[in-house]
Amino acid sequence: MSELLDILLYIQIALCVFCLYRIIRGPSIPDRMVGIDIFGILVVGICAILSITTGKTFIIDIGIAWVILSFIGTLTLAKYLGGSNLNE
Amino acid sequence: METISVILIAIGILFNLFGCIGLIRLPDVYNRLQSATKCVTLGTCSILLGVLFYYGFIDIGVKALITIVILFFTATVAAHALVKGAYKFGVKLGDKSVKDDYKEVKK
Amino acid sequence: MKYIVLFIFSLGFWLLLTFSLSIQNIIVGVVAALLTVLFFGNLFPDKVVKLLQPQRYFWLIVYLFVFIWECLKANFDVAYRVLHPAMPIKPGIVKVKLSLKTDLARTFLANSITMTPGTISVDMIDDLLYVHWIYVSSTDPEVYSKKVAGRFEKYIKKIFE
Repeated sequence: MSELLDILLYIQIALCVFCLYRIIRGPSIPDRMVGIDIFGILVVGICAILSITTGKTFIIDIGIAWVILSFIGTLTLAKYLGGSNLNE
Repeated sequence: METISVILIAIGILFNLFGCIGLIRLPDVYNRLQSATKCVTLGTCSILLGVLFYYGFIDIGVKALITIVILFFTATVAAHALVKGAYKFGVKLGDKSVKDDYKEVKK
Repeated sequence: MKYIVLFIFSLGFWLLLTFSLSIQNIIVGVVAALLTVLFFGNLFPDKVVKLLQPQRYFWLIVYLFVFIWECLKANFDVAYRVLHPAMPIKPGIVKVKLSLKTDLARTFLANSITMTPGTISVDMIDDLLYVHWIYVSSTDPEVYSKKVAGRFEKYIKKIFE
């Protein structure tokens, strides 16, 4: 059963390459930001699978922190993109 | 219980795969954001549900459940902010678009 | 009154998040919850009486099931559009008239619209919600208002208003 989980983990890591493709090749700046946002959510999935395969339960805490930090980062980038002040 | 959790994780990764293919194939920012946000959010929720089934209702399972709730709210709000920011930045709708009601508001 | 409710919520959330009942943990949680109430207390909704009405919780559970069903439908819809060789998309931005009044209800409606098949909410100005739709199936405002928002509006009205 754990070999299967390892394979799934590798597939999930390989999915990040799709996001990296969009970040590198994206024709405009918003395309790259979409890539960064999705990348952050995929990393949470990696954390969740790692917490099963390694048996270390603290990794899910890293996932929670990652969700919130990625959310704040995306909001800041989107505000920068809209060209407005941060107090709107 | 382990079998159910592995099946849930596999389903989640399948949805993630669909979302990432959409990120590559679809033509403009708004469509990419649609497919990526929906599929990847639900796929990650499915993976976290798999963690909950694997460990049961001890501390890590409850934390996974909390992560699902946080993820739903943050992913939708982030997508909303990105769409609005991209429109203000001046990205045009793709060639296939048929309707744009938002244009007269921005004038 | 609303400050006390917010304090109880944030302390409960902290205890769920750390999942231990030692005395140090509870002290840190109380301090963190007090700081939260101090900074963000005035953003909490005013009418806390609504939290004590049981029929709202019943409708919340019904709404959760409807929401999960729509989410699954959304995913298969997107998967179909992405994997189809010709990509049957016809995107556009449409405006939808809202009948909800309170801010919290509108936030929930916008979030639900983002997770449902083919739609993502762009902006909200006064009573109009602008929605990006991946397949605009009709040009009649009545029809698409019902198609986009009508599924959730009746439940959300019962829960939050």
